[in-house]
Amino acid sequence: MEIKDLIIDDRDQGIFKVHRSALTSPELFELEKERVFDRCWLYLGHESEVDKPGEYRRREVAGRPLFFAKGSDGRVRAFLNSCPHRGAMICRHDEGTTESFQCFYHAWTFNNQGQLIGVPDEEGYGPNFQKSQLGLMPPPRVESYRGFCFVSFNPHVEPLVEYLAGAREYLDLIADQSEAGMKITKGTNKYTMRANWKLLCENSMDGYHLAPTHQTYLDYIASLGPDQDGVDVRQRRFGIARALGNGHAVIENEARNGRPIAHWHPMYGEESKEEISGIRAALVNKYGEEWAFRMCDTSRNLLIYPNLVINDIMAITVRVFWPQAPDRMDVTAWNLGPREESSQQLARRLDSFLTFLGPGGFATPDDVEALESCQRGFQAKELEWSDMSRGMHRDPRSNDEQQMRAMWRQWHAHMMGLGHVDTVDQPGRDRLALTPELIATGDD
Amino acid sequence: MTSRNGNPMDVVFDASLRLEVEDFLYREAALLDEWRLDEWVTLFTEDARYVVPTTDLPEGDPSENLVFIDDDIVRLRARVVRLNSRHAHREYPWSRTRRFISNVRVTEADGEEVSVTGSCLVYRVRMRQADPYVARFFYRLVRSSPGWKIRYRRAELDLEALDAHGAVSIIL
Repeated sequence: MEIKDLIIDDRDQGIFKVHRSALTSPELFELEKERVFDRCWLYLGHESEVDKPGEYRRREVAGRPLFFAKGSDGRVRAFLNSCPHRGAMICRHDEGTTESFQCFYHAWTFNNQGQLIGVPDEEGYGPNFQKSQLGLMPPPRVESYRGFCFVSFNPHVEPLVEYLAGAREYLDLIADQSEAGMKITKGTNKYTMRANWKLLCENSMDGYHLAPTHQTYLDYIASLGPDQDGVDVRQRRFGIARALGNGHAVIENEARNGRPIAHWHPMYGEESKEEISGIRAALVNKYGEEWAFRMCDTSRNLLIYPNLVINDIMAITVRVFWPQAPDRMDVTAWNLGPREESSQQLARRLDSFLTFLGPGGFATPDDVEALESCQRGFQAKELEWSDMSRGMHRDPRSNDEQQMRAMWRQWHAHMMGLGHVDTVDQPGRDRLALTPELIATGDD
Repeated sequence: MTSRNGNPMDVVFDASLRLEVEDFLYREAALLDEWRLDEWVTLFTEDARYVVPTTDLPEGDPSENLVFIDDDIVRLRARVVRLNSRHAHREYPWSRTRRFISNVRVTEADGEEVSVTGSCLVYRVRMRQADPYVARFFYRLVRSSPGWKIRYRRAELDLEALDAHGAVSIIL
């Protein structure tokens, strides 16, 4: 099958199908590395992870060993984790703080700004040996947006802010929750799914699966009581979906499960009511009712194409996943919250996170099962196509599939060697934000 | 109260107490392996806590660090309801599990309460895969009549990631 035939995208008929070889083929998997991951901006980490000078974090990004560090000069830099001398990995811990990095193989030493500062037995090199050219090498491009740091192995990639396109607004909705800056909490979720990475793109912003797949989560939250407005989490929620350009997409929903930033739920305890309404009032005061409403009373599941998910739901999780094989990905996920939160707020936020999210939560394990189940199901090769047509004929809702079609359309274009394409189902029928009026009217 | 013990050599030299504690742990393991979760959850005190830190931060404190599991008795009971239902999809149908418990040490015995540590290996078998969880465990047990109640239960994984497992869908 040719790449151009992998997707059936008939906007007139409202039919969208994905050929399942896109999720199983070893050849397409290899091609993806080059045509998707070697051309896009990719998430490296959050600047708050390296708060103090000398602090560093080790990462793997698109198969490359990397690390990023805050230099003694206060600047955050990313480096390829390989000695410019003969290749050994310089940074051998996942995290730490250091003035300098020394390669254990031949003891070349680099300061935390990447400069080569020590070469044992240096007189053994000739006059053309240039120490200043042999510092740690950065990836071709490194840029950040409001604390979120990305790299690209494509020297010609557009600036990050252009690449992010409509997704910037949703990063702003997160970053604006804090005066002092958002911070990644210590403690990392690292787990593997035996499934194609694109299934997690779909699943992370899939409003349609919530009620059937996560019934036990919804029952548990409902058993604790209704939210601040007296609404049971199991009641029908309204939400919208948006294609944000360049493959990015989002769903935005009414939040009835509580939001640690400022939407109260009994799980946070009676004593937290005052603090939470105070936070909300301060956000209204600073940003106005509309922006504060979205921050406090709605939630968002955001995909930054290709493989970064930031879900601002019952807590904020930053989740990045790296394909290891057509049927395997490694997932890393963190908790993100306002730096200035009180210890009680942070404890509530972390508790809220655990109700749903993470390998021990009441929902994520069932997503792992669902995705692995799909991947096994794909072995029934006679069933060639997955259907993703839902809601193609109407204004996109969060329990439709416009957001997934956006990701797939961009992936398809990249795989054919093309650049950015229009990922919206029906230009002009795009809804920009979830407002109380829209929720009240709904679509029915 | 710290859950981890400063000195690994701390031990209460009381062989009969250790046997009593080991016997309790073996019976608890049997309840879990047999999926008798309704009986198992009655072993906990009302102020109980069940914690599983993340693999990168075994010393994680749930009040300020992200962990995998931090259940009070309300959530622990909800977890049992969930696992008993047909809608905890990672565990429906149930996996087979087998727990091996060893290196048990009573590190503190203070009247009615004891602190216990040891090693455990929990195999989870499902879909033709047998995935081992290797961990160090900590308990605080309170004397009750009859036997013991669990006030604190913690499993610190030695794994670097949940590579094969994908989740902590069983009780560790």
